[in-house]
Amino acid sequence: MSTFRLPPNSRVRRDGKMFRAPEGAKQPRTFRIYRFDPDSGENPRLDSYEVDMAACGPMVLDALIKIKNEVDSTLTFRRSCREGICGSCAMNIDGLNTLACTKACGDIKGDVTIYPLPHMPVVKDLVPDLTQFYAQYAAVKPWLQSRTPAPPDRERLQSKAEQEKIDRPSACILCACCSTACPSYWWNSDRYLGPAALLAAYRWIIDSRDEATGERLDELEDPFKLYRCHTIMNCTEACPKDLNPAKAIAEIKKLIVERQH
Amino acid sequence: MRQRPLSPHATVYRFQYTMIGSFAHRVSGLALSAGLLVFVAWLAAAAGGWGSYAAAVALLSGPFAKGVLALWLLAFCYHFFNGIRHLAWDLVFGLEKREARRSYRMAIIATLALFAALAWLLFARGGATP
Repeated sequence: MSTFRLPPNSRVRRDGKMFRAPEGAKQPRTFRIYRFDPDSGENPRLDSYEVDMAACGPMVLDALIKIKNEVDSTLTFRRSCREGICGSCAMNIDGLNTLACTKACGDIKGDVTIYPLPHMPVVKDLVPDLTQFYAQYAAVKPWLQSRTPAPPDRERLQSKAEQEKIDRPSACILCACCSTACPSYWWNSDRYLGPAALLAAYRWIIDSRDEATGERLDELEDPFKLYRCHTIMNCTEACPKDLNPAKAIAEIKKLIVERQH
Repeated sequence: MRQRPLSPHATVYRFQYTMIGSFAHRVSGLALSAGLLVFVAWLAAAAGGWGSYAAAVALLSGPFAKGVLALWLLAFCYHFFNGIRHLAWDLVFGLEKREARRSYRMAIIATLALFAALAWLLFARGGATP
């Protein structure tokens, strides 16, 4: 259901704390960050932190780490590789889902506003609960399924052209930026698989070594699992790896139509 | 344990061209469905003879009715051109980011051009009044 209003326990209070920049800051910049403390029993709020950008790295993640190290150690977020390959620091920055480690503060106008990934249960601050997202990924059976045994003397080989088909979709890091950018996923995440899981499904459907293509398409041919995609394309716009889930979903829909003839 | 809050979504996500285009497609489709009822009523009035047709035309040529007709016309133009984008997408054509952005701009320009032409034909030249 399209419910625009947040439930009462989720509405964001506007009376967050303000942390001023230290004396003598050369380039103060305000970061407005979503905070939720599960132990306080209070609603989420937006806290403001003034960061001296003259003494901070260029990326949004640099600023978050600086705040956690020097200003407020209670600020909670996921991060690991700081180079856009682990997908941990996915969050909603300046209204768009992306990775904090590859988003430059300089590319944002005005205050930097940071929320957790949209329409997800929040564990704490910028940490969403991704249990369902991972379950949806597992539901598309993201592994090679074949009946014929592998050749005894070598691997299952692919031609260069066959590999190129799966090259881009295989680059997905499961950061969840795409799925949580999708309005259809917001309203129907209980039944719609979402762009990330469908991109993974597509990656195995077109894999020349996989022999479960028919079963995979059968599994997806469902009004909700696949066809809640209305080609809004927020997924493709959001993907920090520049992949194209919208196109992958369109390809799946086309394959389902084509196999009927 | 306290139930986990839901993170903000539609109210914080940037209303970029993807969402605007999709939302406008839905709204214009709904408007056209409602407009179809009025169109059928107009046809029924015409089938009912001279008296009922004159009453229907009188009702539909007031300034308010004309304003609504103009909005329906705009909805039709947008739904038509954006519908072509959807048809192309279903053939897996034009789904790269650059192509989708360009086709969005083209659909908006075509919508405004067709709307201006039809509105001029219907209203400025008096096509909508008997």
